[in-house]
Amino acid sequence: MRESVVSLKNVSFQYEDQNRYALQNVNFDIYKGEWLAIVGHNGSGKSTTAKLLNGLQFPQQGEIMVCGIKLDEESIWEIRKKLGMVFQNPDNQFVGTTVQDDVAFGLENHGIPRDDMIFRVEDSLKKVKMDHFLNQEPHHLSGGQKQRVAIAGVLALRPSIIILDEATSMLDPKGRGEVLETVRALKEEKGLTVISITHDLEEAAKADRIIVMNQGEVYREGSPEEIFSMDDELVHLGLDIPFSIKMSNAFRAKGINLSKHYLSEEELVNELWTYHSKI
Amino acid sequence: MDISLQNIEYRYQANTPFERLAIKDVSIDIPTGTYVALIGHTGSGKSTVLQHLNALLLPTEGTVVIGNHEVKAKQKNKNLKQIRQKVGIVFQFPEHQLFEETVEKDIIFGPMNFGVSEREAKERARRALKQVGLTEEILEKSPFDLSGGQMRRVAIAGVLAMEPDCLVLDEPTAGLDPRGRKEIMDMFYSLHKERNLSTILVTHSMEDAAKYADQIVIMQQGRVVKQGTPLEIFSSVSELVDMGLDVPEVVRFQRSLEVKLGIKLGATYLSIEELSSAVAELLRGAPV
Repeated sequence: MRESVVSLKNVSFQYEDQNRYALQNVNFDIYKGEWLAIVGHNGSGKSTTAKLLNGLQFPQQGEIMVCGIKLDEESIWEIRKKLGMVFQNPDNQFVGTTVQDDVAFGLENHGIPRDDMIFRVEDSLKKVKMDHFLNQEPHHLSGGQKQRVAIAGVLALRPSIIILDEATSMLDPKGRGEVLETVRALKEEKGLTVISITHDLEEAAKADRIIVMNQGEVYREGSPEEIFSMDDELVHLGLDIPFSIKMSNAFRAKGINLSKHYLSEEELVNELWTYHSKI
Repeated sequence: MDISLQNIEYRYQANTPFERLAIKDVSIDIPTGTYVALIGHTGSGKSTVLQHLNALLLPTEGTVVIGNHEVKAKQKNKNLKQIRQKVGIVFQFPEHQLFEETVEKDIIFGPMNFGVSEREAKERARRALKQVGLTEEILEKSPFDLSGGQMRRVAIAGVLAMEPDCLVLDEPTAGLDPRGRKEIMDMFYSLHKERNLSTILVTHSMEDAAKYADQIVIMQQGRVVKQGTPLEIFSSVSELVDMGLDVPEVVRFQRSLEVKLGIKLGATYLSIEELSSAVAELLRGAPV
């Protein structure tokens, strides 16, 4: 039985100046140790979901449970220790004047004793491979490095869940790779639960599970294989399908019978090799 | 509008202890109607090159020719305003530059600044909004009440309303969802064709470079290291990989398939359609 660490029950939310609900009657669970990708077009409600999970906004209806605690204004500080968030813009979330100050900032806010703080700052910077940059100023860092420092800031609070809110969308391909690899290694090492809100379908293809949001509702939930077999339906939702699936669709249209949907290029290449060796 | 960068060099804070060479000996020709993609790592000098295209930076060596205007190093340069009117730059995250009370005021600010009448500017604002896929109802709204995607489009409309002859696009779709990305890129491309513009796109997306550009220029450490058509550039995969750059997915796929099957297809294919046809033919025609 999978253990649910976050659970949304009938959650609805509306921004003050808007007449449409940003989220309407949303229900889902997030399970311990999984990598969950939440995808959807701009305005589908995925970023609002992230804000609700971290208590930046509170739902008008329904409730959110994080590690068995009901999320409200009372419990918010307790919950933010369990659930850390990395935002989109590397420049907007760097608050310290040096790398180590930046990581210490969150710890100070939580009143962690100094000795423990020093240890945690170095320890978490080591985990994201930024421990050689302790006294560097942010403008000397690349976007990917800044995001890794942001992750260290989150890690220092020792959360069990980490949310990436389009955390790689402003980075170049190299920075994107750095950040995702860092998070992937941490997930393995610490058994973190990762919630990634993303437009990057190639990244989502590597998740354990995907939730597709559309117009404030959960549209579909399933394994990458299940979600990407929706093909054109995804495109209608303003999304895209991974390259290997587009490629296999093109082969099928030309009369090459492939047995399934391929989420990786490697699988597809192997299948074509088998096909080739049979004729 | 023909654009030509001739052996340009740029040093930041020249003649100070903080002097730093950003680009050197950069020569790029962009004849009217050409779509050029500029690729390279962060810090390779792409942005510095961009800023020469409308004389935001003046070269410390060499000459920049923009239409009938010449900007030469070490000379007093006049008519920069005319150049800026002809060259529209869409910077990264252009929505950060929105500032007016209403969308309409924001869009007409640029054209009016260059002496276009208010009436004409408002007409242009309507046309530009339509081009970027927004409706007129938005004109009276505050740009800050819009969604991120809408703000991006309004900011782009502000550049289009200048009716430039040359479009310079610095990662114009970063952060948009896949549909938004495609809509905006297709819009720029049809505008490029319709108005016979000169277009320069700075991008990390090899997919976009392969799909839209006539010419690709690769920069590394402040220099141009390679120029050519997408087919020429993407035919030498290993060279790009050595530079730490990506290749389009379809090219990468073709290479891994060739290695696995131990064969070589006759050409490099830049679209899924072309590659799947070639492979299907191979699989059908393979000897028993």
